[in-house]
Amino acid sequence: MTEVSRADRALRAPAFTWPRDDTMRVPYQVYTDPELYALEQQRLFRGPTWNFLCLEAEIPNSGDYKATHVGDAPVVVVRKMDGGISAVLNRCAHKGAVLCYKPRGNIQEFNCVYHNWVYNLEGKLQAVAFRRGVGGKGGVGADFDQSQHNLEPLRVTTYRGLVFGTFSNLTPSFRDYLGDELLKCVDRVFIKSVKVLGYHSQVLPNNWKLYAENNKDSYHASLLHVFHNTFGVVRANMGGGIKLSANGWHHLSYTERTPPNDDATGREKVRSLKEEYSLEDPSVMEHRLELGDRITNSIQTVFPTLVIQQILNALAVRHLIPRGPERSELLWTVLGFADDDEDLLKVRIRNNNLVGPAGFISMEDGCVGGFVQRTAKVDPSAETIMPMGGRGIEPSEGSRVTEAAVRGFWKGWRECMWL
Amino acid sequence: MTILPVTDQLLVRTRIEAFMADYVHAIDADRLEEWPNYFTEDAVYQVRTRENHECGLPLNVMSCSGHGMLRDRISALRTANIYEPHVYCHLIGPFRILDCNPGSAQTESNFQVIRTMVDGAMSIFACGRAFDTFAIGSDALKLSERIIVLDSRQIDTLLVIPL
Repeated sequence: MTEVSRADRALRAPAFTWPRDDTMRVPYQVYTDPELYALEQQRLFRGPTWNFLCLEAEIPNSGDYKATHVGDAPVVVVRKMDGGISAVLNRCAHKGAVLCYKPRGNIQEFNCVYHNWVYNLEGKLQAVAFRRGVGGKGGVGADFDQSQHNLEPLRVTTYRGLVFGTFSNLTPSFRDYLGDELLKCVDRVFIKSVKVLGYHSQVLPNNWKLYAENNKDSYHASLLHVFHNTFGVVRANMGGGIKLSANGWHHLSYTERTPPNDDATGREKVRSLKEEYSLEDPSVMEHRLELGDRITNSIQTVFPTLVIQQILNALAVRHLIPRGPERSELLWTVLGFADDDEDLLKVRIRNNNLVGPAGFISMEDGCVGGFVQRTAKVDPSAETIMPMGGRGIEPSEGSRVTEAAVRGFWKGWRECMWL
Repeated sequence: MTILPVTDQLLVRTRIEAFMADYVHAIDADRLEEWPNYFTEDAVYQVRTRENHECGLPLNVMSCSGHGMLRDRISALRTANIYEPHVYCHLIGPFRILDCNPGSAQTESNFQVIRTMVDGAMSIFACGRAFDTFAIGSDALKLSERIIVLDSRQIDTLLVIPL
């Protein structure tokens, strides 16, 4: 533990301890407690985590910027004049006004509208308006050191066109952070240059961690979502499995279109398997194999708040932003490839009826977090239980009926939070 | 564009207003099975955000083309999807007639939807503009295209009932 985090721990130790050694049970308090929420912003989002900022394709030219968030802190990511990328806390070092208040644009420098302090694209303070006052009166004192008032920088890394930032010097390289096996899964989707097809935002009536868990929860996919189960996108008896990083923080859950498996255990009588249900126009479910395999559904998480999604030909990155202890916002950046032809674009747009705020699949993830949230305050010391697939964080080849990845998420949370 | 005489334009406007009053009331009264019948067989129905619309990005929140996909939206919400029960109250603004000729008309109108959840919680769920194209027959109107542009990119929880 570093000196900084020790000091932080001493200053802010909350009235909370994790009840036991494993992460098979999670106390409801973590979904509602404002102190834990504030602590997450410091220890987790400003801690040793790589946080998704944007896609390189969104800031192609020098001076292009995008305003985003790390945790709930506003951050701006910008393409520098030399083609590199920098990111800074989107907050003037003077009075704290947001510098870039439009979601995207092109700038030569950061120029605060409030008092005209000017920073270069690396965040170094360049000029203070009326620094020497006017007519010999006013201005800063003799002890004002301009070099001490830069914007707060993030370290930036890119991988396959994805841009990540971290506030911490302790965060390992992105390669070490994600691990080789899961890096290959990023390679699989980002096989060539992407283009943005559009954005969605879904406001979720729940703590951000309930949605983070939902993405890691490969157990629910074929049980909650009729569209997954009935139309064979994700069915418990289809091939696939889950992969986990060695530390459990990140995961991939995937399903392959395999020959029908009549194993009765995969056709357990569950609500979501509606054999009589069909679509009049099944083109919504069309799938063109384009990534060199038969995977119908691939959901990959990069701890803490990024999801890389492939559902049929619907590709997206989902970025989760905490909006207070009991609310979060899910920003979808929906993707195609730069060389898509017209027909493939149509397939993607139709497939996107499955995902997003009105998605036949994703809408349900929008409401289930709220179903948990509203019971979380009943007894904050009570616990959820996740017994599927044991107690640990073992990967699972051939089955997604496991909650190992969710337990891995909580392991990552505890390690970042020192709890 | 064929310029219709003023009296004919007024007749078209009156027919459109009556038709869209019926359209929104069918939704708000949960007569959703009637909803596809307001469209031509090959109609296009899209809900998209203003951000995507103005940036020329092709992504929609909902994309349907043809009666099959419209009916699938309704059968899904009736039998497949999970969500909390809620109802809409549509308030629609005056129709600007952008184009009007003997067989078709295009309009732009504002709308607002107040959503009431089953526990009584009410909120302004959506507002924006609708760009509608009508196929005008001698005795019936149908929508051949309806593009809903949402002012906000944020959708609270989920969108399942059409607008």
